[in-house]
Amino acid sequence: MRRHLISAADLSRADALLILDTAEELADLTDRPIKKLPTLRGRTVVNLFFEDSTRTRISFEAAAKRLSADVINFSAKGSSVAKGESLKDTALTLEAMGADAVVIRHGASGAAHRLAGWVRGSVVNAGDGTHEHPTQALLDAFTMRRRLQGAGAARGKGLDGIRVTIVGDVLHSRVARSNVLLLSALGAQVTLAAPPTLLPLAVDSWPCAVSYELDSELPKSDAVMMLRVQTERMTAAYFPSVREYSRRYGLDAARMARLPEHAIVMHPGPMNRGVEIAAEVADSARSTVVEQVANGVTIRMAVLYLLLGGTEFPEAAAEVSR
Amino acid sequence: MCAVLPGGTTPPDPPAVLPGGAAGREGIAVLDADEIRRALTRIAHEILERTRGGDGVILLGIPTRGVPLARRLAARIREFEGRQVPCGSLDVTMHRDDLRLRPARALGRTDLPREGVDGKTVVLVDDVLYSGRTVRAALDALTDLGRPRAVQLAVLVDRGHRELPIRADYVGKNLPTSPREVVRVMLTEVDATDAVMVEGNGGHP
Repeated sequence: MRRHLISAADLSRADALLILDTAEELADLTDRPIKKLPTLRGRTVVNLFFEDSTRTRISFEAAAKRLSADVINFSAKGSSVAKGESLKDTALTLEAMGADAVVIRHGASGAAHRLAGWVRGSVVNAGDGTHEHPTQALLDAFTMRRRLQGAGAARGKGLDGIRVTIVGDVLHSRVARSNVLLLSALGAQVTLAAPPTLLPLAVDSWPCAVSYELDSELPKSDAVMMLRVQTERMTAAYFPSVREYSRRYGLDAARMARLPEHAIVMHPGPMNRGVEIAAEVADSARSTVVEQVANGVTIRMAVLYLLLGGTEFPEAAAEVSR
Repeated sequence: MCAVLPGGTTPPDPPAVLPGGAAGREGIAVLDADEIRRALTRIAHEILERTRGGDGVILLGIPTRGVPLARRLAARIREFEGRQVPCGSLDVTMHRDDLRLRPARALGRTDLPREGVDGKTVVLVDDVLYSGRTVRAALDALTDLGRPRAVQLAVLVDRGHRELPIRADYVGKNLPTSPREVVRVMLTEVDATDAVMVEGNGGHP
């Protein structure tokens, strides 16, 4: 395992499987009376959030606390960032406080990568602009593997042959980018279904297929991942009206009926009910939205354990054991 | 090498490659398949004696090789007494004290019998007892899972050199070794053969 988790592209199939299998072993912890392990006692994890977030920040906080790490939460509001402090100066402050890991969410693509050059601890990307959100992709892959192959029976397996359709605002979605990279590394066949205006320019170079039609993709999907329409990042008109978008790309009960019987419906949250997903679909038995949140804590525990649980100097340790 | 398996059944710091070179690595067999079978049979009888017929006993194997050993003990107890003793596994990786000495390792499986450990007599099962640190980690892990009435320890081989005040209740074989040697337990479920080997130091204790 590397020292940082910046991009899903950094993860080989073997790395990804190690994370998923570690998470599989940690999943039972949620059902135990004492949901805590002593593994990261004395380590400090800083949650550095420049953008609003509910589930990701709480998820990382819960994950770190269940591993007994100390957690410092930092949000840009009410901090010196509001007074104009730069990311680098903030990073150096955290460094001086002895952070072993920094979990960063930032509005600028590449912020996590920059931060990794400034701090000694591990950097975990919790979403940088429209670039990547690797732990979301990992928890999505974990959810798919458990749902489609059975919890516990899936250890060591990838997602070979599983067909995933990612629908909607791919252009602004770091979740989509990380998922395409990770899912294809795990052997899944990914199709993006979106209006042409909401697809990035370089999408031809991504390891996935592209379709402008949702209806034709549904019958051949094992999992459908609905993306939120990110109006806050939109600087132009990408579709004529929300109503028209919803009619063509929203998942309602009629469309859900076209899915194979075993297929699951995913959404990274937060949902715009009635836009990309109908309320009855979001609350149906096929929806894994709540499961994804629970799995998020587990997968983040696995990531923090694998980044921080071992020695800080793997090369030196290899020498000693030889 | 087998010395660095997840959940470390062997002690924390055995040299992966022995100074003795190829000759030292051949090792000598100290227990063959029949001897392992007899040792487990005796341990199963001892557990039954000491727990009045296996009343309220749960066998928990420590991955990797403690788990098949626990299953074999459970099978023998069923054979002798007709009683189905619950059997599971207890991964201790997250509770180890030597985590920071090596890169993060893969986790083993913790699989508790449905009835849990509260009020039960838990018999921990491992292949080799050495420093005692694995058992210490297992005791900690157990504390987070419930409150057993008593905890006992069964090992196939006790090779000495304890670093903590821990002893086994049931021992397959006491094996005086030098710290430079490596004790390797092989079980058909994991290694396709049953044997206990001592490697390194030319095979001489």
